[in-house]
Order: sequence, then C-alpha cells, then structure tokens
Amino acid sequence: MIENIRLSFQGVWSHKMRSFLTMLGIIIGIASIISIVSTIQGTNEQIKRNLIGSGNNTVSIKLSQGEYDYEIAYNGIPNGVPVISESTRQEILALDEVENVALYTSRTYADGVFYQNTALQGANIYGIDANYFDTAGYIVRTGRQFIDSDYTEFRKVAIVDDVAATALFQDANPLGKTIEINQEPFIVVGVAQQSEQFEPVINSIEDYYMYTTESSGTVYIPSASWCIVYQYDEPQNVLVKAVSTEDMSAAGSKTADILNTYVSADNSDIQYRAADVLETARNLQELSNATNNQLIWIASISLLVGGIGVMNIMLVSVTERTSEIGLKKAIGAKKRRILGQFLTEAAVLTSLGGVIGVGVGIGLSEAINRISGTPIAISVPAAVGSVIFSMMIGIIFGLLPSIKAANLNPIDALRHE
Amino acid sequence: MILKMEHIYKDYIQGKMIVPVLKDINLEVEEGEYVAIMGPSGSGKSTLMNIIGCLDKPTKGTFLLDGQRVLEQKDNQVASVRLRSIGFVFQNFQLLPRLSALDNVALPLIYAGIKKRERRKRAKLALERVGLGDRLNFVPNQLSGGQKQRVAIARAMVNNPKILLADEPTGALDSKSSHQVMELFEELNHEGVTVIMITHDANVAKCAKRIVDIFDGEISERSRKEEAV
Repeated sequence: MIENIRLSFQGVWSHKMRSFLTMLGIIIGIASIISIVSTIQGTNEQIKRNLIGSGNNTVSIKLSQGEYDYEIAYNGIPNGVPVISESTRQEILALDEVENVALYTSRTYADGVFYQNTALQGANIYGIDANYFDTAGYIVRTGRQFIDSDYTEFRKVAIVDDVAATALFQDANPLGKTIEINQEPFIVVGVAQQSEQFEPVINSIEDYYMYTTESSGTVYIPSASWCIVYQYDEPQNVLVKAVSTEDMSAAGSKTADILNTYVSADNSDIQYRAADVLETARNLQELSNATNNQLIWIASISLLVGGIGVMNIMLVSVTERTSEIGLKKAIGAKKRRILGQFLTEAAVLTSLGGVIGVGVGIGLSEAINRISGTPIAISVPAAVGSVIFSMMIGIIFGLLPSIKAANLNPIDALRHE
Repeated sequence: MILKMEHIYKDYIQGKMIVPVLKDINLEVEEGEYVAIMGPSGSGKSTLMNIIGCLDKPTKGTFLLDGQRVLEQKDNQVASVRLRSIGFVFQNFQLLPRLSALDNVALPLIYAGIKKRERRKRAKLALERVGLGDRLNFVPNQLSGGQKQRVAIARAMVNNPKILLADEPTGALDSKSSHQVMELFEELNHEGVTVIMITHDANVAKCAKRIVDIFDGEISERSRKEEAV
C-alpha cells in the first residue's frame, strides 16, 4: 500500500504537466468551495461578534409585555411583579452558566437631565446596584465608582458615560459638577466607559441599521437613590454575564425562568424575557447561509467536471500502460493488486489536487478579504473535509479505469506495444 | 511429471471462421528437463507457450501443471500458480522502465507478500546470481540488451519457481549476449530448474536437451539428447 502510494507520487511527478492539468478541475472546485465556506464562516463570525460585542458575554433580561419591553414610565408598576431581592440575585448567580448578575432600573428617552442650561436629549437613566459595571464590562475612567455609603446614605451622586459627559460639559472636567435629574441635583463623581472598546464592522447599510447603537448619553445613579427621582418598588431588569459566549442563551433563559416564578400568574403577558443575541445571530446567519449554500452546489459542479477529467486521464493511462499491466498479471499479480494500484493513483492525484485546492482557496479568501473587506474565517474541518472528499472523487472516478485495468487479458496486454 | 498436456485444442474465431491453431497436442515434460519448442511464425508456438504459462486457456483438452488442474481454477488461483511455479522471460524483456533493476526483480516478491527488507535481500542475491551485482540501482535504460535480459531472468527466478518459461529469449540480443543468456539457462537447468524455451532459431534450440517441433499446430518430437552417462 505504502509502496503503491510512493509509486503513485513518482508517477504524478514524472508527468508533471499532465498531472497538473488533470488536477486543475479538482483544484478549482476545492478552491472555490474553500473560499465560499471561508466567506460564509467569516460573515457568520462577524454577525455574532457584532451582536455580542467584544467577548463581554452579557445578556439583559427585561420585563416585557407581549413582544415589547414593559415601559414603567407609561404603564406604571405592574401588578404581581415583585422587586427582585438579593436572595433571588444569589439564586441566579448560582447558575452554572452565570458569572455575574446585576440589577438595575432604567428610563430611556428621558428628558429632565440638565447641566445649567444644557439638556441631555433622549437620555438613558440607570439606577444600578454595585455589581452593574463589572457585569456590563464598564470601567470608571476618571473619578470613582459608587461606594457602599452612596447606597446606605441615599447620596445623590451620578456617573456619566463619555457621550453624556461630552454633551453636557463639552471639554470641561465633569467631576464635581452638579447636574439635574428630574429637578433633583446630583453630583457627578465619575465618568464610565466600556472596558473594551468595540466597534462593529459595518459593510453595508443593512449592517449599519443592525449594529449601530448610537446612544444619546447615559447617566448612572445608585439604585438606592432611584426613588428620589422616580418611585419606590420598581421591579428591576437583570443583566447577566455568561461564563462563555456559548452559554449566553442558556444563562438568559434560565435567569428568565427563575424570575418568572416570582411573577404572579394573572399577569401572564407580563414576563421576564432574555434578549437572546445568539438566536438573533443564528437567524441572520441562516439568511446569509441560504444564499451561499447554493454557491457551494455550483462549485461542486466543477468538482464533478474535475472528476470526469481524472477518469479520462486514468483511462488513457491504463491504455498507455497496458503492457505493464500484462507483465504484472503474468508474473502473478492478482486482480485486486492492479485494481488497488490504479485506485491509489487516482486517489493520490485527486488528494494532491485537493491539498493544492485548499491552499489556493485560502489564498483566494485572503485576497477577497483584502480587496472587498469581506470577513473570512478559514475552517479547518472544511479544509480536511475537502481533501477527504477529493480523495473520494479519485476513488469513485478511478473505479471504472481501474476495473478496466484489472480485467485486462494478460496475453493481449503483453502483446500490446 | 511437471507438465502434462493431453489432447489440447485451441481455436480462434475470426469473424464467422473458426481457425484451429493447436490440434491435438500431447506433451509431457519431466521435472528438470530442458525443452525447446521450435517452429516458424504462425505455427502456434506462442499460443502453446501462453497455455503452458497459464495465460490462456485451450478450447478443450486436459492440462496439469505442477500437479494442479489449472484449467479448472479461478483467475486468482491461476495468478498464484504463475507467481509460484513459473518464471517468465520475454523476447522484449518487459522490464518496468521507471523501476531500478533491483525493484524490477523484487516485483514478484511484492505479490508473494514478502516484507521489504527480505525482498531487497533476495532480489540482490538474484541479481548477483546473473552477474549484475554492480547494477542494482540502474534503470532499464541504463542497461544493455543482454543486461536487461539477465535482469528479467533474475526476476523470473527470484521466487524459485520450478519452471522457467522463455519466449524467444534471445530474439532481441546480439550473439555474445545470446550466448551468455543460454549459458545462464544451462546453469539453471543444471541446478534442477525445468526450462521450456520457445524459439524459431535452430542454433538456440540446439542448446536444449530436447527439441519439440511445432508446425501448423501439430507437434512432433525431433530428438532427445541422452543424458551423459
């Protein structure tokens, strides 16, 4: 067998030009499949990354009514939904998939945030617990975080994010300034930003609408002080940091399940629901896969053509080497030997084509990436699969010529010059 | 009795015509004999050779080779009879051009399922036996006609078969090389190998101890040299 493979390589090498041309169909087919798969994978990876953010695997579990977020600002505090207690938080934290849990109350598109005469238009206001920044992957860039006494003494302190800081204070130092939230004065003690800056990759206008989350600025206050500007006993939303990206869906749904056990049954359409980013990503990926899978079929036609080319050349090779086959049979080679020899040759030829094809495909993907900016991800299983597949093409299309060789009559074969 | 043919007939069909090539051949060869089968072209000697070599089957008749009824055996069984009992030498050598002398000689050993190290050892011995111990790694193109035929003989003998079957072994050789080949045949025969040689050359046939003439598909015994007493 090893001897056969060695001889096959020798054979390929001694007819370099012919072998190359024979392999060309396979090379082109495999190369196109590899580059298509790389592009699909790259796009999928990017969809996921854009939606998840840079590896900060947070899932938000919000109170929702039907399909939409429940708006406390308009609807008031819902009946039968309790404030989430510390023991419930611990229950969530005990989940295998969960690394950290934070509770928060929020208002979006809020007006009523001012610094002197400057208003923060459409502000987000968050009443956060001490775990929030860690869970959400934020750090306080300047100033300080909220400390225990901020909570116990109901201090009116605030942390603003970069956008809010720029909007309210322009270039001035925000620390120590007093801002107004719902007519209550709050002192800015810190400026927060995401610990890992993440810019989604935008390749099209659709991507822009999908991924760009332009915020008009966020102001954080201690959850204890929430009642000063809004009201007591608002049920919180939950932010959960999953152990890994794969665990995000499970972490989200399990957290929602725990929370919903405390929601009383007569509010059946008011439920906690996890924003399942992975689910969204999968839906988007399916959309792009559907188009690209058709491309793979088209590329496969090239493999079929390549396989026929291999069959053709193998038939020529059998004719050319008729006397060799005759001699081998005369000196005692069984049919199986001859069959094996030619099958090995065909398989070596196409596998080699497959390997070269994978190389060309990777190169092609890189080129596509450079030229058009389409994201790519080289898939090792696809590469290995392609080589195995091309080997199978060799065996399938080599079968007919090999059987022809094995069945040659040794006398006719020896007489052949 | 290493070879026994009884009432062997062989017909070829050409269009609607049936052309008889061998007619009622009866031939017996004892182990250790040196037989030349002689005849002009078209006499049927190649067909006879193919049947003896188990490459072809007669239309009818019985044929025993080395105690085996090869006519009743399957292709694969016949292949192993060829592998173990017969060594072939052809007019045009039939060496594989891409393989070295050593690899050419080792080829039958591959089919016999012998391990690589052992193959090389035995192939080397066989080449040394025919006086080509210094040409192991030469490819056929680098060898003269006589050398090529000696490589072919080494290949034929490497499995230690009982019968050496040669088809016009000197047909493509000059007289000096022919002489060497014939000497080699005599030596092998002396060592106990049954040699059956097909030729149209009377000078070559003379080397054999027994000459069988074939003409128009029928054979006749010409002479049988008595063993030296």
